[in-house]
Amino acid sequence: MKHAKTATQNACKLCNPLGACLAFRGIENCVPFLHGSQGCATYIRRYLISHYKEPIDIASSNFHEETAVFGGSHNLKIGLKNVSKQYKPEVIGIATTCLSETIGDDVPMIIREYKQEFKNGSPMPIMIHASTPSYMGSHIDGFHAAVRATVKTLAEKGSREKLINIFPNMVSPADIRYLKEILEDFKIPYMLLPDYSQTMDGGPWGEYHRIPPGGTPASAIAMAGSAIASIEFGSTLEASKSAAGYLEEAFGVPRYHYALPIGIKESDKFFTLLETLTQQERPEKYNDERRRLIDAYADGHKYVFEQKVIIYGEEDLVIGMTAFLSEIGITPVLCASGGKSGLLKKSIKELIPDMEELGIKVREGVDFVDIEDEAKLLKPDFLIGNSKGYTMSRKNNIPLLRLGFPIHDRFGGQRMHHLGYRGTQELFDRIVNTVIEQRQNASSIGYTYM
Amino acid sequence: MEQITILEGRQKQIFEKKTGVEQLDISCDTSSLSGSVSQRACVFCGSRVVLYPVADALHLVHGPIGCAAYTWDIRGAVSSGPELHRLSFSTDLQEMDVIYGGEKKLYHSLIELIEQYKPKAAFIYSTCIVGLIGDDIEAVCRKVAKETGIPVLPVHSEGFKGTKKDGYKAACHALMKLIGTGSTENISKYSINILGEFNLAGEAWIIRKYYEKMGIEVVSTLTGDGRIDAVRRAHGASLNVVQCSGSMTWLAKEMEQKYGIPYIRVSYFGIEDMSKSLYDVAKHFPERTDIMEAAKQVVSEEVKELYPSLQKFKKALTGKKAAIYVGGAFKTFSLIKALRSIGMSVVLAGSQTGNKDDYARLKEMCDEGTVIVDDSNPVELSKFILEKEADLLIGGVKERPIAFKLGIGFCDHNHERKIPLAGFVGMYNFALEVYQSVMSPVWQFAPRKGVKI
Repeated sequence: MKHAKTATQNACKLCNPLGACLAFRGIENCVPFLHGSQGCATYIRRYLISHYKEPIDIASSNFHEETAVFGGSHNLKIGLKNVSKQYKPEVIGIATTCLSETIGDDVPMIIREYKQEFKNGSPMPIMIHASTPSYMGSHIDGFHAAVRATVKTLAEKGSREKLINIFPNMVSPADIRYLKEILEDFKIPYMLLPDYSQTMDGGPWGEYHRIPPGGTPASAIAMAGSAIASIEFGSTLEASKSAAGYLEEAFGVPRYHYALPIGIKESDKFFTLLETLTQQERPEKYNDERRRLIDAYADGHKYVFEQKVIIYGEEDLVIGMTAFLSEIGITPVLCASGGKSGLLKKSIKELIPDMEELGIKVREGVDFVDIEDEAKLLKPDFLIGNSKGYTMSRKNNIPLLRLGFPIHDRFGGQRMHHLGYRGTQELFDRIVNTVIEQRQNASSIGYTYM
Repeated sequence: MEQITILEGRQKQIFEKKTGVEQLDISCDTSSLSGSVSQRACVFCGSRVVLYPVADALHLVHGPIGCAAYTWDIRGAVSSGPELHRLSFSTDLQEMDVIYGGEKKLYHSLIELIEQYKPKAAFIYSTCIVGLIGDDIEAVCRKVAKETGIPVLPVHSEGFKGTKKDGYKAACHALMKLIGTGSTENISKYSINILGEFNLAGEAWIIRKYYEKMGIEVVSTLTGDGRIDAVRRAHGASLNVVQCSGSMTWLAKEMEQKYGIPYIRVSYFGIEDMSKSLYDVAKHFPERTDIMEAAKQVVSEEVKELYPSLQKFKKALTGKKAAIYVGGAFKTFSLIKALRSIGMSVVLAGSQTGNKDDYARLKEMCDEGTVIVDDSNPVELSKFILEKEADLLIGGVKERPIAFKLGIGFCDHNHERKIPLAGFVGMYNFALEVYQSVMSPVWQFAPRKGVKI
């Protein structure tokens, strides 16, 4: 029976400030700071820790009743002072919450006052403010808001340098490391933001680090205004909300805007762009990766052709995955997201013009109960998405291939690749193995060769 | 190594036990210092943890999506029947709702969800902005209760209106409205309620079984494996047995006042405290010597089996040092005793929400040189772990990466654990987990051992 549905049940999204905190962790020597209740910082820490398995300190201005009545200025200033003292950060990334947004705190003004009041003290950290009310959008919007705010605060005008900005979207630390490797191999200076490849997936500590090593230095971000180009991944990310959009508008840095490079076609676009921008051919090792991937497609094609899947998660991840799945003959019978940019269907259609004929259905703004209802009708062979689909997977006995964020019920989510030839290879292997495992388990014979 | 200093506003919440030195009382029960990266959560969290295990109730979070998303199926509180508590429901307030109010959305959400899931009752949690936009939750709840015929209970858990403890109280307040509405017919005179036991990994079932072996009837467990009908008849019990005193003492006091039910505080962690919690219940029924006899029988049987199996761990762990940082101070007392019983000493003990009496008792119990902290943070915890050369940290998910980064063992003693640590069998599991983490050969590569990385 179909039920009327006002409430969100088992949400397929998280709140705005979470994304901002993660993005701020990709700046060197930066402490994320949430202007709101203590719980927001604690819950978000807990949630991120369960995926990344790294300490993540997020400060809070810890509102109480008087703060809510009289405004958060006093608490924010004390908080900034304490964080400066205890962490000695170079940057503090301040994100708002539903609470401070609703009472209408003017955070930029409070920051100005703070700088004035404490100008004679120890070195003043750089303060970045991102507006991230939890009642708008989802975690991915907070992520982009923080990246844009960072660039807006730090980027300066300069003479054109042989430098490329790259804004990879909310991808895994492993993906970031791979992108860095590619750019280094092209021997072109780059500024990648945010770079949490080390802060969210680093080594052990011989001594305590107030802030873990790694991240994009503020001095590097300052150069972003003089780059020859910005590459930005994320089909639904509009220029008006993005870092590269800002740099184009403010400093005339051209914005090259692509889907997440998953699959051969989208990865090709990325490598071709790099070749054009750097006026050199890609290093041979990437051709090798590409050849191996094509070879793997051939070896595995029979397992995957005409498999039906449901893919869910952040809209841009869903779009990138859909492009990849369609090139190996898997039909995403449902592309679903808790996000609601209004661009999900349009973006998929741009990459796969015959999506309707292929039977690809798109739904944005849904929760896991909606997806589960669809699953009952669409009967997919398996699900692809983050750990939160497990409840639905178990209940309906549909295998789940985990990727993206969060991975709370498997090990190594932070080291999972998704992007480029290497990421696609890893995903392809995992997808083929999911099918093989399913067939092997279903067989009464117990084949040892599959 | 760089010296880590303690923030000025935090210095009164930390002290080191030194005999012969006059020491001030620890400052506690205060709200967290802004910017100090407290390990605490908020009022909402307090309410949510207390009510979460009630498995046949609808738990609707009224607010933007985060609060519901971060608490979806978060705990290991298991149910023997319905599992409605493991789903996440939110009114998912949007900008327009914030401007024009969320009452209508709340009303429709409730009507639809109650129709769809047929819960025995509904708890409506207020989050931060609900307190600001002025939604009349009480009125909506009354209306829906009338229309659906089930209790619809508002929980005033706006995140900023106090600390986690206030959230406990708001949850207890909602429970008080249910207690006393069911029939107490056929309840034995020799009966108890178990308060503050949340059935993590089935712990409440273990405890219940001990009491039942003694001939005691357990009327209601609040709230582990909780059922609305059982909560409603909780006032029929003769005694309230309160564990996790931080969350449920308020409820016990209210029930004492309203229904004349006395209460005792217990802990189910470690051999000593577990045994005592059985004896103390037996002592409450002095006319029935057979109950005490049965309690002795349970303890002796269990200990006979447990004690030899602990010796292997004790042999390996003797001389190792532990740091404890957990939610409530009462648990800390038990953990200190439990650790001593496997040869370990405690060099750091602290909690998020302990009170003055708790810290005074902690000071009494601890060894010379032990650091005691209230509402601590990662920087402080790391400082003391390194300075005191701890081999183990006991805490929750937020503390775990601190231990692993610094290359020491860790035991999860929080709500997410999947292995029962309560009861006699829990003591075995605890010792095993501590042993497996502290004695793992992987620490040979940890840089604190002087290994170059």
